[in-house]
Formats: sequence, C-alpha cells, structure tokens
Amino acid sequence: MATVLGAEEALARSVVDGATLMVGGFGLVGMPLTLVAALNAGPFRELTIVSNNLAETGIFLGQTLRLGKIKRAIGSYFTTNPEVAAAHAAGKLEVTLVPQGTLAEAIRAAGAGLGGFYTPTGVGTLLAEGEETRVINGKAYLFQEPIFADVALVRAHRADRLGNLVYEKSGRNFNPAMATAARTVIAEVDEIVETGALDPEAIVTPHLFVDHLVLATERL
Amino acid sequence: MTDARERIAARAARLLEPGWVVNLGIGIPTLVSKYLPSDAVFLHSENGILGVGPPPASDRIDPNLIDAGKRPITARSGAAYFDSATSFAMIRGGHVHAAVLGALQIDEQGRMANWTVPGEPVLGVGGAMDLLSGVREVIAVMLHTTREGAPKLVGSCSLPLSSLRPVSWVVTDLATFRLADGGLELVELAEGITHAQVRERTEARFRIR
Repeated sequence: MATVLGAEEALARSVVDGATLMVGGFGLVGMPLTLVAALNAGPFRELTIVSNNLAETGIFLGQTLRLGKIKRAIGSYFTTNPEVAAAHAAGKLEVTLVPQGTLAEAIRAAGAGLGGFYTPTGVGTLLAEGEETRVINGKAYLFQEPIFADVALVRAHRADRLGNLVYEKSGRNFNPAMATAARTVIAEVDEIVETGALDPEAIVTPHLFVDHLVLATERL
Repeated sequence: MTDARERIAARAARLLEPGWVVNLGIGIPTLVSKYLPSDAVFLHSENGILGVGPPPASDRIDPNLIDAGKRPITARSGAAYFDSATSFAMIRGGHVHAAVLGALQIDEQGRMANWTVPGEPVLGVGGAMDLLSGVREVIAVMLHTTREGAPKLVGSCSLPLSSLRPVSWVVTDLATFRLADGGLELVELAEGITHAQVRERTEARFRIR
C-alpha cells in the first residue's frame, strides 16, 4: 500500500543531494506542482532533473533552476525557458538534449528492464555525433541507453489507497513512464479514493509502481 | 486571405486526405487546422491526444488540455488520451499519415533543417526529429525567403539538419514542390507568381513539371 505523506515529508524521505529526479509534465501540464514547490523550499542541491522542459521562466522547475539546485538537465525542449540557455552558456548547468520520443522511450526502457534500444530518430544529425549507429535490415538506427532516476515525481488525477493511478487528459504525458523508472515514486494527486473505487480498466499506472501519495495543493 | 502564411497553410491543408491522422507543428502548421474540412482528418498532438478539436471559448479553457504548442484545445468526439511513449510509438512506428512542419531551410534533396541555429540560445529539439523519422508524409511549410530575402530552398543547408529523410512536399508562399526522383519538382505556382520569380529567389536546383 502506498503511504500518504505531506510533500515535504515525501521528499525528505527520498531525495538526497546529487540525486537524479524525474519530473512529469509537458510544460506545466501534468507537472507535480506541489512537489516541485516543496523541492524548491527544501535544502536539496546538485540535482539532475529528467523532464521534458524545465517549466517556464522562474516558476516551478524554472525556479528550481534559478535557485541553483540543478546541476544537470536532461530533456527535449528548453527553448521556452531562456534561463536554461543562459545558465548553460555560463557553465552553471549541464544540458543533455534528447529528441522527445527518444526521451520517452528511454524512460520506458529503464522501467521495463531493457538495456536500451535502437531508434531511427536523429540518425545523421548533430545529436548522433559520437553515438553508436547500427544498420538493421538496411535502415540506420542510433543506440539509446535507458534513463533511470532515483526518484520520480509524477502527477496523476486520482489514486486509490493502494496507489493505482488515473490521469487527466493531456496531463498524462511523461508521468506513466516515469512512474516505472525510478527507485522511489511519489505521485501527487487531486484525490485519494478507497481501494476498489477505481475502474480496473481505467487504471493507467498499477499500484506496484507507486511508493508515496501526496495530495495536490498547488494547481494550474 | 492575403497573408502569405495563411495562403501557405490553406495550400498545405489541401494535401491532406480525408481519414488521415495528421500532426501539426508550431508556427505556420498550426494555421492549417483552420482550413481543414471539419472532422475529415484526425489531429494528433505528441503530448498525448488523438482527436484535437478547435480552441475553446475563453470561459471554457481546461488547464489540463493543451496541444504540443501549449495552447488550450478541446477534444473532439472520439478523442483518445495516451502517454508520451505511446504517442511517439505512433509517430516512429509509421502510424501517423502526415506531419506538417515548419522549416528554416530545405536542401535540394528535400532534407530539412528546423531545430537549431548555431550561436543562438536554442536548446530544443522536441518532437521534430521523431516526426521526420517516422511519419509517412512530411509536408514542409515556410516562407520562400528569410526576412532578409535570402533563399530558404538551398543547395545544401548551412543549418544543422533535422533528419536525413527527405520531406514529401514543400509549400511556400511562391510555389508548391514535390519530392520526386531524389529532387525538387515545382508542381504549382502561387497565384500571380511566375517561374522566373521562383528561380530568382531559390538557390536549390529544381525541375518544373
């Protein structure tokens, strides 16, 4: 059964300095805002953040960056937060840029116990420099390793007491894959219902992936 | 409809066939949705929606419902939500019929540069490379020249390529090109434009059908 905790407590139990954190969301939609706010209020430093973007300038993960808590960012699209490029140019932030589909699949592969995969995406581009390529049935592919995290901070709509999760519309995005790919998974939800109240056909993330539940207090 | 970008979007919309699943990129591609016959194509957005509907009224915005350009949208009847890994399986796996993508440059083999400009603070690739690697037909849309008047259809791209895979169509404000036999073929002129005008503003070699 997942334990229901406050955001600060959930982070204090799971996150250490230098940890790798996955944070769900596409922009701010589907981002666990309450957990990110608690992360920003906490003492954590030298973090590696795996997230599609670093939110928007100065807010949520954008604020985490501004507070100097992030050492490295792994994601696909940082253009909407110019402070990412500025921090990178100033040598204060390492950035690993990964095509969005490769990012999603690398997280999925980690959660599925795979040692990586070959993708056609990016073959022959700057992002392929130094990467292993292989021709399979006449077509070129790039090798991508799995991407793991110590802790995943995910956002769902509703959970039951066991930790089964259902999502809301485009808030799903990277969350289900991230919930499989970290040692500790903290899910922020709008509501926790009794076990059995969720339709088993509608559950996207089964409870075995989820360690802690946190009720959302920050919303879009 | 005098705006060049709108004309490009309207022309690109006519290349899409009823029943297709189509992904629209950011910029001019977004405008394409205005020119689609209603419900004839299914719009896919890589953040996890098949069946993107028109924008909502300002008092009906759902904060959990956006497209990949982060604009508020609606979900049409029959829409489905899914996670990012599934969304890109659809893209790479060849299940999406067409993508309409903006381009910065296209070379004479139809290869596109659209993700980064060296020296500028651009740190984003997003889904562009995945779409180019797996979608069945890629329709590139762009103004024919840069703001400074430099050709964007070039012999070889000075900007980093997004993929080695060529696009199927290029629609600009001056003409529409098809990729055939490894090269660009001009298939249609925009209204009031001559072949000579296109030649003058194009660096890439192309044939005329």
